[in-house]
Amino acid sequence: MNLRSDLGRARGLGAAKEGVAHWWAQRVTAVALVPLSLWLAASLAMLAGADHKAAVAWIGAPVNAVLLAVTLGVTFHHTQLGLQVVIEDYVHCKAMKVASIVLVKFASVLLAAASVFAVLKIAFAG
Amino acid sequence: MSPGSRPLSPHLQIYKPQITSVLSILHRFTGVALVGGVLLLVWWLIAAAAGPDAFVTVQSVMGSWIGRLVLFGFTFSLFYHLCNGIRHIVWDAGYGYGLPAAAASGWTVVAASVILTVAAWVAGYAAMGGA
Repeated sequence: MNLRSDLGRARGLGAAKEGVAHWWAQRVTAVALVPLSLWLAASLAMLAGADHKAAVAWIGAPVNAVLLAVTLGVTFHHTQLGLQVVIEDYVHCKAMKVASIVLVKFASVLLAAASVFAVLKIAFAG
Repeated sequence: MSPGSRPLSPHLQIYKPQITSVLSILHRFTGVALVGGVLLLVWWLIAAAAGPDAFVTVQSVMGSWIGRLVLFGFTFSLFYHLCNGIRHIVWDAGYGYGLPAAAASGWTVVAASVILTVAAWVAGYAAMGGA
C-alpha cells in the first residue's frame, strides 16, 4: 500500500521537501571551477609582486575581465552552497541555522556584486 | 527522553585516523578556509579598482612574510580542494569506491596538490625575478 498522495508522488520531493538541485548545483559549479581556478591561480602567480599599472592592465583586458567576472560569480555560488551544508551539519538551533544560512547567501551576493563591479570599473574606466 | 541517557556513537577521538577520513576532513577544512582566500581576492580587486594607494597597501600586506605564509596556505588549500574535488566527481560518476582505489586516489591527490602548490610558488618567484 502506498500512503503517498498522487500530488506528492508527482512532485517527487519526499520528506526533505527538495530534490537534487543543491547537490547538482554544487557539482556543476565544481566542474566549472576546475579550469577557471587553474587559470586564476596561474594568472595570479604571474602577477606576484605586480605594481598597480600591471595589475590593472591584466584585470582590464577583455578576456581576463570576462573570465574574472564568471569566476567570481561561480566561486561565490559554490562557496555559499558549500557553507550552507557545513552550517546545516553543525548548527542545530533552528533560528541560528536559518539566520546564518541567509546571512551567508546575502554576503555572497554582496561580495560577488562588489568584486564584479571592481573588475568592470577597471575594464571600462581604467 | 533525556538525550544524555542515550548511547552515543563513537566520535572522532575514538576512531583511528585513516587516509580516507583525514582527507575527507581536510576537504571540508580547506573549503571553509578558502572563504578567507576569496575575501583576500575581493580585497585585492577592490583595491586595484580604488587606485594605486589602496593597491600598494594590499600588495605590501600580501608581500610581507606573514602575508606570504597565509597565501601559501591558501594556495595549498585551493589545489587540495580542487584535486580532491575531482576525486569526488569521479566517485559521483560511480568509480573508485574500493578501499585500495580510494587510498591510491587519496595519496595521488596529496602528491598532486603539493606539486601544484610548489609549482605555483616557483612560477610566482620567477615572475618577481627571484625577490
